Amino acid sequence: MDWLTTTDHKKIGTLYLHTSLFFFVLGGIEAILMRWQLMRPNGTVFTAEQFNQLFTMHGTTMVFLAVMPLSAAFFNYLIPLQIGARDVAFPRLNAFSYWVFVLGGIFITLPIFVWAAPDGGWFGYAPLSGRTYSPGPNMDFWVLGIQILGISSLAASFNFATTVINLRAPGMNMMRMPMFTWMSFVTQFLIILSFPVVTIALVFLQFDRFFGTTFYQISAGADPLLWQHLFWIFGHPEVYILILPAFGLVSEVLPTNSKKPLFGYPVMAYSGILIGFLGFGVWAHHMFAVGMGPIADTVFGLTTMLIAIPTGVKIFNWIFTMWGGSIRFTAAMKFAIALIAMFTIGGISGITHSSPPSDLQQTDTYYIVAHFHYVLFGGAIMGIFAGIYHYFPKMYGRKMNESLGTVHFWLNLIAMNLTFFPMHFSGMLGMPRRIYTYDAGQGWETFNMISTIGAFLLAPATLIFVYNFFRSKKHGEVAGPNPWDAPTLEWSIPSPPPEYNFAKIPMVSSRYPLWDLTHPERTSEIPHTQSGWEDAKHQTGEHDMAPMHIETETKTAKELGIPMPSSTIKPFFVALGIVLMFAGLVFLPKGMHIPAFALMFGGSAMWIGFLYAWLTTPLEDHH
Amino acid sequence: MSHENAHAEHYHPTWKEYKWVALILFLITVVEVAVYYIPGATSHAAFVPSLLIMSAVKFAIVVMYYMHLKYDHKLFRALFTGPLAVAIVTLIGLLFLFSKLAIRLAGRGA
Amino acid sequence: MSASSAEAHGHHYTTTGLDNRKIAIWAFIGSECMLFASLISTYLIYKGKSVVGPFPHTPWTDPSSGKVYPAILNIPVTSASTFVLLMSSLAMVLALAAVENKGKPLPPGSGWWDKALTSSKLWLWMTCLLGAGFLAFQAYEFTSFVHEGLTIRRNLFGSSFFTLTGFHGAHVTAGVIWLGTLLAIDYKRGLQPSDALNVDIAALYWHFVDVVWIAIFTLLYLIPD
Repeated sequence: MDWLTTTDHKKIGTLYLHTSLFFFVLGGIEAILMRWQLMRPNGTVFTAEQFNQLFTMHGTTMVFLAVMPLSAAFFNYLIPLQIGARDVAFPRLNAFSYWVFVLGGIFITLPIFVWAAPDGGWFGYAPLSGRTYSPGPNMDFWVLGIQILGISSLAASFNFATTVINLRAPGMNMMRMPMFTWMSFVTQFLIILSFPVVTIALVFLQFDRFFGTTFYQISAGADPLLWQHLFWIFGHPEVYILILPAFGLVSEVLPTNSKKPLFGYPVMAYSGILIGFLGFGVWAHHMFAVGMGPIADTVFGLTTMLIAIPTGVKIFNWIFTMWGGSIRFTAAMKFAIALIAMFTIGGISGITHSSPPSDLQQTDTYYIVAHFHYVLFGGAIMGIFAGIYHYFPKMYGRKMNESLGTVHFWLNLIAMNLTFFPMHFSGMLGMPRRIYTYDAGQGWETFNMISTIGAFLLAPATLIFVYNFFRSKKHGEVAGPNPWDAPTLEWSIPSPPPEYNFAKIPMVSSRYPLWDLTHPERTSEIPHTQSGWEDAKHQTGEHDMAPMHIETETKTAKELGIPMPSSTIKPFFVALGIVLMFAGLVFLPKGMHIPAFALMFGGSAMWIGFLYAWLTTPLEDHH
Repeated sequence: MSHENAHAEHYHPTWKEYKWVALILFLITVVEVAVYYIPGATSHAAFVPSLLIMSAVKFAIVVMYYMHLKYDHKLFRALFTGPLAVAIVTLIGLLFLFSKLAIRLAGRGA
Repeated sequence: MSASSAEAHGHHYTTTGLDNRKIAIWAFIGSECMLFASLISTYLIYKGKSVVGPFPHTPWTDPSSGKVYPAILNIPVTSASTFVLLMSSLAMVLALAAVENKGKPLPPGSGWWDKALTSSKLWLWMTCLLGAGFLAFQAYEFTSFVHEGLTIRRNLFGSSFFTLTGFHGAHVTAGVIWLGTLLAIDYKRGLQPSDALNVDIAALYWHFVDVVWIAIFTLLYLIPD
């Protein structure tokens, strides 16, 4: 019950972490099943239809239910701690985002267990995903599920954008924010700007499927490229939504374990902004094969090449961060370094398809699959693993087992390369994506066999991680507030942090406030000012704040007189109402009008009623 | 982040300004509709640009005065104009990609 | 007992000194820009692509039945509804000003108009009624279009027109409910200058919806095929 009603960003972060790890394992199982089918030519493990459902749900699960919410787990847990805040700007909205995510995740996932899952790809290309070509309820679950998950992401993005803008501790100006917070901040704006576009594309598809509109009906004169354009205007920023938080995480892990400040901090921040901005101008490189004409091809080819520059800048800055440092190879550090290497491979194969003529050879082949798994598995997942190993002690007060972490790392790295590296070759040999089987004698057998072996090895790697994760919660080595000797605010408070985070809000005077106290020699070249302190004093007096210090307070919020948001069940019921409302639509095409309208009206009444109750209740109990 | 900005948000225009703003908005709308009814105007080359300019002016006036962005914290200006710019550029990009122009150029290239 | 000075001042410390809610509503409005840009783009992309009528600006003869469908858009009616929505924005700013200035004494010699300007209830009522009036115009427009043979399923024009203007109408409806709630609070306990921020946020949303209509009116209604 406590977990259902919590508004504490740390608890919500933990919920996100566990839920999305569950979905990560589920998406992984779907991948392994696909590799089982493709292990040999003419595989008969699954039917074509089942295979379609597997690859659709693997993509959908990994993008929307694993990597995005894993990032959200870190947004929740870390952003307030890194900027010196006691919670996010809207704690109840935060709970709402989580519950919409988990209920939406269940909604879109359940059908796979009865082989009725979405089967039109994670990109759901219309008109293929329209009623004519996808008559069953499968794609209904997808179109409604993604719509629901979009609500969660959008609500969270307004929340975190506001949090970063407005809840930074005195002196924590923008150019002092930890790089994870910076990259998360950029990510929020990518969500704010890209999700509305897919919302509209999905609304059209929903209207087409449920109400017979003509948005994607070719016979009515519709343009088959409309969906593709709208989807990729969302879809390309989406890939930066997946990778930027991981970039942020390794930007915390690398300096800490190199015992050096991050190399080129301002350039890192600016290149993050530039990636975010250019991310909106490259979408049509997903569509070179449709024949957009030389102007569009040239423009989108050039912007795609351009976006490699800020990304490359980041790679070099990470390497220079390690250069000359005294490196400590923790499990987190190994994963962070692996990100640099693996993402570089994926980045380079990415540049090979920024050129339209070259892309025409690669598009829709396994080469593309190889590319985006190097950037998503080799990039986002490696970064997230680095983040989990690094921040586990902060979350649970205990370290994860380093030996198991090292085994996990090597097995994971080898298995990942075994799985995805051969796909470059099978792709170049012409093996198309998304086929459920293939004939022998095309030179693909060996590569597919290796890929499948790699995928099978990823399972034990992940199992070791999961075992380590749960075991370490209880039996891990006890960690102090700052086991890695890290420089940022989240390490200046006890592990796990008390509910109020900071008994006194720290007044920050540099980019690495904790190293100012523990290792001043490391930060001597960084500017130190007290800018922002005066304004803070002017607003509230100094009562609640103190110059940078290490906190050992173990009192409760009540004893310290810190007002905390009260627990509430209302966000849960608002989320439930919204999901039920959408779920009602599934019954509509079946002619089951009574359950359809009961769910739609019942759900609407539920969320509107609880929303009113929520908005008219103050956030904090005034005692 | 500075004091001036934090205080500047408290200035809002009053009835004296609002009534002029409303009048200007009303007059521009009247002109827009009137132009639409001038015989032959809709086929004139200047018709679409002039309508776009007039509605852009209305848009800007409402945003600056009614949404008091002109007097408010610069942060809000950034939060609005940034996404608006992305939205307009995306819209123009999409219109180009679907236009006869892009298709004609594609034909010539092939 | 909580005795933090932040509470004594009635607010928490924020980095910018601004209220969280106002930052969030501007971020939301930024997001809405993309939402309506997608809708408007689609309408414009599909302009003139419908294979059957009726069409917005030109009559159409059904080749199979010989029936003539007139140009569907009714510019005079929409001009009137545009005017109504513009005026609702004026009422909205006056409502906000009335809340902000509540309790301030009127200068001597003030007339009935100055007194009227201080009534937040009056201007909230005006805003709601004008918003509802706009919706009434839209309901009339939609039903008459359906009678003339344009449904959301009929052609690309119908699909994109009803979806775009319907989304806008849904935003107006949400705004009317929001303002109605503020009005109810005003009757219950009286909106005070300390509530100005709540009214301001609703007002920003309301004006944004108005601004979207300014774009729609020009791009959909006035610019011919």
